[in-house]
Formats: sequence, structure tokens, C-alpha cells
Amino acid sequence: MTDTTFLEYVVFFSAAVMILGGAVGVITMKNPVHAALGLVLTLFGVAVQFVAMEAHFLAAVQVIVYAGAIVVLFLFVIMLLGVDQSMDLSIEPIPIQRPMAAIMGVGLVGLVGAAVVRARDASSINPGSGIATATDSGNNDANIQQLASNLYGDHVFAFQLTSVLLVVAVAGTVLLTRKWPREAPDVESSDA
Amino acid sequence: MIAAIEPTWYLLLASMLFGLGAFGLLVRRNPLIMFMCIELMLNAATLTFVAFATDLGDINGQTAVFFVMVVAAAEVVVGLGIIVSILRRRPGATADDLAELKG
Repeated sequence: MTDTTFLEYVVFFSAAVMILGGAVGVITMKNPVHAALGLVLTLFGVAVQFVAMEAHFLAAVQVIVYAGAIVVLFLFVIMLLGVDQSMDLSIEPIPIQRPMAAIMGVGLVGLVGAAVVRARDASSINPGSGIATATDSGNNDANIQQLASNLYGDHVFAFQLTSVLLVVAVAGTVLLTRKWPREAPDVESSDA
Repeated sequence: MIAAIEPTWYLLLASMLFGLGAFGLLVRRNPLIMFMCIELMLNAATLTFVAFATDLGDINGQTAVFFVMVVAAAEVVVGLGIIVSILRRRPGATADDLAELKG
């Protein structure tokens, strides 16, 4: 038992170092490509934490959608726009912006952290019906089966609305990035 | 015998990640990096969702994370489209240069 707990500690803290180190990398890297790689590190760390919390399907989706699709999209835009050169970070547009932002960030973490620590022993108000985990039930697909019956049962209407959202997003992006002809700068006059 | 990992630790980790994302959003001027910082904050929120789902034994939390991921994907597509169309018109623009609507 102690060995398992010790392993959980190792997984938690190495993933936490990945997450926070990647986040610091996103903020401090001069080159946007390096910042995107820091984002990949953070996303993988979050996926490891999902596995540690037995949310196996979400860990897979995290790696495929975030680290796969979204970061590739970021890198594609960086390369497309040719902004992959280093920026000078010593320029501070507004003089006291960085100290103020640091105070805000530390205050935010302090407030949320204090609330979390204070509420640690609070009894759970509305506990759910339980999550089937692969470790307890012996069924390797327990998590994805329970998630699927919840998604396609209780939330099937919201799931169908996401398809509308994705179609609107794709159509809107095509419309936004299209190069319109010179003589017809307005949307209304060109697609009549 | 050391104590098992509590859900509180995940929440504290998520709050630190959210704070770092908010800090980066305020100090960086490159629109692409600001967008990545928004992704960091979204991931902090999903980490919180999964921690509470595990703590309370409620699968709805994991379903919510699924929807957050779908909306994040749509948001990235639209946001990067806007950034591409802005930077194509004025290359090298930072967030401070975009002070008026019709550029």
C-alpha cells in the first residue's frame, strides 16, 4: 500500500513540475515556437494527471485534441505568418504593468488557494452516484462506458448542439480569413 | 505511512496554473502567446472539473470537460482566424497596436 502511495506521489509531483514548468515556458520564451512547445509540455502534464485520477478517456482526448490538433494549429499559424523569430521582452509598454500583473497573479492564487484549503474539510453537498474506475471494477473500459452513457443519455441534446457550434466555427473562420476582391470590400456586396 | 494524495492538491495545482495563465495574458503582447495563455487557463479549469468529479463521484464533471474541450477547439479555430486576418493586414502587430476597430 505504501509503495502504491509513494508511486502516486512520484506521478503527481513529476506531472506538476511538467505543468508548471511548461506554463512558465509559455510566458518567458522569446520565440513563439518555443512557447508552443512549452504548451505541449503543460498539456501532457494535465493528461498525466487525468490518468492519475482515472479519467482515461479524457486523457486520450487531451493528447489527441490538444497536443495533437490545437498545438499543431498554433505552430501552423506561427509558420504561416512568419513570426517565428525572437522578440525583445525587455520592452515594457506600460511602465508598472508587470509588477501589477505579478501582484494580481499572486493574489489570485493566494485567494483561490486559501478558499480551497479552508473548504478541504467541508462535507460534500451533493455527491454523485459514483464513478466506475478500471482499478476497482476490473473492467478496463469502465470509465469510457460510463462516460458514454452519460454523454449520449443525459447530455445528448448538448452533444448535438456542439456539432452546430463546430460547423459555425469552421464556416466563420473561412469567411474571416478569405481574401475579398479589391472592388468589393463589403461582405454584403460581394456575395449577392 | 504517508497520506494519500487528496483532491485539494489537484485544486491547488490548478489554481497555480490558472494564475500563471492570467499573469502571462497580462504581460505578453504577442496575440499568439496571449492565446496560448488562455489555453493554460482553460486547462486549469478542466483539471478542477476532473478533480471534483473524482472527489464527489459524479461522472457529469468528466462530461463537462469533454464539452470544454470541444468549445476550446472551436474557440482556437475562430481566434486563430481572427489573428491571421489581423496580422496579414499589419504584420508584426502586437495587442497594443490594435487600439481601433477598423484597421
